[in-house]
Amino acid sequence: MNLKQEKINGCTVLFIKEERIDAHNSGELKEAILHLIEQGEANIIVQLEQVRFIDSSGLGALLSGYKNAAAKSGKLAIANMQQQVLSMFELTRLNRVFEIYADLNEAFDNET
Amino acid sequence: MCNSIIQVEVIIPTQTKYLDLIGSIGEHIAKELDDFSGDREALAYHLNLVLTEATVNAIKHANHRDPKDTVKITIHIQENELNIKVYDHGQGFDLESVPLPDFEHPKEGGMGIFFIRTLMDSVTYTRQGDCNVLEIIKYLS
Repeated sequence: MNLKQEKINGCTVLFIKEERIDAHNSGELKEAILHLIEQGEANIIVQLEQVRFIDSSGLGALLSGYKNAAAKSGKLAIANMQQQVLSMFELTRLNRVFEIYADLNEAFDNET
Repeated sequence: MCNSIIQVEVIIPTQTKYLDLIGSIGEHIAKELDDFSGDREALAYHLNLVLTEATVNAIKHANHRDPKDTVKITIHIQENELNIKVYDHGQGFDLESVPLPDFEHPKEGGMGIFFIRTLMDSVTYTRQGDCNVLEIIKYLS
């Protein structure tokens, strides 16, 4: 899975450079987030601008990251979601779990 | 001879790298439907998702002792009915016993069947010969 991470304004921003998150690559995403948290990076924003498709395993990988970050008193928020991807969060009510921001600026304003 | 406007049959190895291919077929079909008057972009996403989830489910329930095991997916559209069948060769599972996700205490798994049930009109899982068949119907009115 093509991921890029950057430390911006005290947050670790994980850019997902893929159009599709499904059961083929969601395991890698889950591991990558877990690895960040184990390294002490527990304030994470996942930037989904390029992602146009997510399945249940992708949602599960993000939920796993959210729970692991919370267990370390951290946070995992989501930014730049496309409308169809957001609708999957709404259908599963996960939009009530995650903090969801329109873009990174909005995320930084709220997270820092 | 039936008068289906679209009939697709795909057979893939039980590997998740083919999910994109299967999902994309659904997405393309949604975009090619002549008479569909609803939200075409939403239908395209939903067919991509449902085909992806159903195929993952078949791979998960495949016969893992057979390295040459395959999953067959058929898509038929006849008049206003879109019919998807996904065949696996495993032990099968009880579709009726799959619970709704617990929205108050969300868990990582268990959302796949929920998506299929929520976005489509009918879902059944039956034994047919040496296969299990997950049959999904969506009415395109």
